Amino acid sequence: MVKRIGMNGDTAVAYAVKQADVDVIAAYPITPQTIIVEKLSEYVNNGELNAAYVPVESEHSALSACVGASLAGARVFTATASQGLALMYEILYIASSLRTTIVMALGNRALSAPINIHCSHDDAYAARDAGWIQLFAENVQEAYDLTLQAFRISEDKNVLLPTIVNLDGFILTHSLEGVNVFEDEDIAKFLPPKEPIQPIDPENPITYGPLGLFDSYIEFKKQQAEAMKASYPHILQAFKEFEEFSGRSYKPIKTLGMEDAEIAIMVLGSTAGTVREVVRKMREKGEKVGTISLTLYRPFPEEELKKVLKGVKVLAVMDRSYSFGSPGAQLFMDVTATLINMKEKPLIFNVIYGLGGRDLVPNHVLSIIEKAKEYAELGEVSEKEIWIGVRE
Amino acid sequence: MKYKSWKEFPIGNVIPEPATSLEYKTGKWRTFKPVIDQEKCVKCLLCWVSCPEPAIIRHDDDTVAIDYDFCKGCGICANVCPVKAISMIPEEV
Amino acid sequence: MSGLNLIKTLKEIPREELLAPGHRLCAGCGAPIIARFVLKAIEGPKVVVNATGCLEVATTIFPYTSWKVPWVHSAFENAASTASGIEAAFRILEKKKGKKSPKVIVFGGDGGTFDIGLQALSGALERGHDLIYICYDNEAYMNTGIQRSSATPKGASTTTSPAGKVIPGKLERKKDLIGIAVAHGIKYAATANPAYPIDLFNKIRKAASVKGPTVIHYFTPCPTGWRADPSRSIEIARLAVQTRVWPLYECDNGVWKLNVNVKKPKPVEEYLRLQGRFRHLLKPENRWLLEEIKRDIEANWERILKLTGLS
Repeated sequence: MVKRIGMNGDTAVAYAVKQADVDVIAAYPITPQTIIVEKLSEYVNNGELNAAYVPVESEHSALSACVGASLAGARVFTATASQGLALMYEILYIASSLRTTIVMALGNRALSAPINIHCSHDDAYAARDAGWIQLFAENVQEAYDLTLQAFRISEDKNVLLPTIVNLDGFILTHSLEGVNVFEDEDIAKFLPPKEPIQPIDPENPITYGPLGLFDSYIEFKKQQAEAMKASYPHILQAFKEFEEFSGRSYKPIKTLGMEDAEIAIMVLGSTAGTVREVVRKMREKGEKVGTISLTLYRPFPEEELKKVLKGVKVLAVMDRSYSFGSPGAQLFMDVTATLINMKEKPLIFNVIYGLGGRDLVPNHVLSIIEKAKEYAELGEVSEKEIWIGVRE
Repeated sequence: MKYKSWKEFPIGNVIPEPATSLEYKTGKWRTFKPVIDQEKCVKCLLCWVSCPEPAIIRHDDDTVAIDYDFCKGCGICANVCPVKAISMIPEEV
Repeated sequence: MSGLNLIKTLKEIPREELLAPGHRLCAGCGAPIIARFVLKAIEGPKVVVNATGCLEVATTIFPYTSWKVPWVHSAFENAASTASGIEAAFRILEKKKGKKSPKVIVFGGDGGTFDIGLQALSGALERGHDLIYICYDNEAYMNTGIQRSSATPKGASTTTSPAGKVIPGKLERKKDLIGIAVAHGIKYAATANPAYPIDLFNKIRKAASVKGPTVIHYFTPCPTGWRADPSRSIEIARLAVQTRVWPLYECDNGVWKLNVNVKKPKPVEEYLRLQGRFRHLLKPENRWLLEEIKRDIEANWERILKLTGLS
């Protein structure tokens, strides 16, 4: 059974967390995630959610409390954005290395300075090395669905890694959409209760988080690296089970027109909708353009991308963030590293857009396609990095 | 390192068994070792209580003995003993 | 606190050792002494959360661990918040699944408590989590090489407050941890000292019996950092009390009590002389600082006498 409720992204995430019957929530409010924590404390205080809501005094303490709670065997949730994620940074690595199953919603927001509360992917990218599985929602329905799937994925005994669900700040967190939600009693058909592998138990005393010197550290990291790689098929399995449960299909990447595209645009998050609209209109005119958006960002869907980019002449990789002094922004570097050893690969250029909530409109997408055509003509990329929507 | 391959390492950076430090004999640290004169000992248990390791064994009858596998020779026991029943003598080389 | 099994003799201390030897703490270190005491004094199932520091590092060098209870370390400044998460998890799991909650014990050094860990501690105290927080205070960041903390006493020489030609050691006074803790309205906080083992044991037992956060501030002799003879650690600890440098007192439900009334204090030089970190204070050119320290000790003593209703 399904209901359709008007909710914004934050509310949809909180609703999913409630239905997932989490045990512990430890979170600190930060725009644009505040509605998540407010809704969750409302659910708890009204007796709709049987959970411990820990109103921690900072994001660093939020993630620390989540680590403790996850080790104790609880199903755990937190949410943050931007500066809050930056503050929890050291604990991100620890949460993954200790193989906690924390689920975090990230209301993607730009990093200061200047201080800005609107959407960039800085915070999502900042976490990309830390060993968290990362999913990107394109709309509010996906934010709801992916939050439920995140618990199923993290707690899978073959995965045991924490997961971040990204949703664009304000664009998704605060936008009202109609969301198809499940009945509470049906959730258990998809999401079983958490069965921790080695919870804190005085009957079985384990030492969690010892000192690992040069005679053990690299082995622990190798083990963690392999775990992240090995999680891939189990993430796909969770998507498959969700499709059987809901009728909605989730895959690591979404494509439009890639069967014959010569020019392609790759994008993360809600902007995918705008890009797809423009691509659809151009394809109606017979243009061989296509678009790829990523639902799964970590582990990076290398094989799917290699397959889908065969035959593409020019690829524009859109990044809603920037890595100062790097040979490209973050998704650009991920993609180029994926394609580097292929005998035939497209020309690739980087498009920096939307920082701090700067709007991206269909005309911008058209200009990206024009640029791509120019490079296709030229046979080379004269400007590797272009910024869209800046007052020059 | 008792684990040979990364595949054998415990998942999640844990030490799965308690008290594995018992395999690491810190008795090798000593340069002086405590010797208890059981005749003088009044079984006050101050040495047992103050030993940092712990390397003092408390028997059922409250007599005490040094666990030389782990005693680091700090000398606290000799210092706190109210009847000077413990002497610190140089360790054999 | 009726119904509490407080002890009068050392013989009553439980025999079981839940801290195994083979750890790498320095010979003569005061930290494992309180770890042993805590694990003996608190009955029933327990879980320890440990901040980064000497106790954590030296007792858990993979694959060796000295702990016979579940033990968790995540980072340096978050022992109290990690513990808050564990306590909240067990509280809710007990409600939802009937899982029995162990007592949550938190160990933090003076670094991980007074300085970088103060926020997390404050948050945990304000939220009222049921845990006992033990600050084992060796009066500097010992694990990283004896750098000063806000718990380093005035006049002490550390590697970041060295007794130099122009500035003779740390000039700031020590933070009042018990005052900070009690300001949060918690039901029990106390200072403790390894030279007073029965007092130490009973305080731990009292603190652990409270349903809510409690704080024990424990004097931790450090022969390495204090440049002292390891065999005299307990002797130095006793002198700290007998010179009024380390008053032994508790605050039990807002009622302050002095546990050891040092009516005729020993001269503080007897305490300072045994430690290399203080020896420069005995030089004539530093006499002004020594006098300031003595005045501070007396002022602090007067303050505690007032609080405990003895002045």
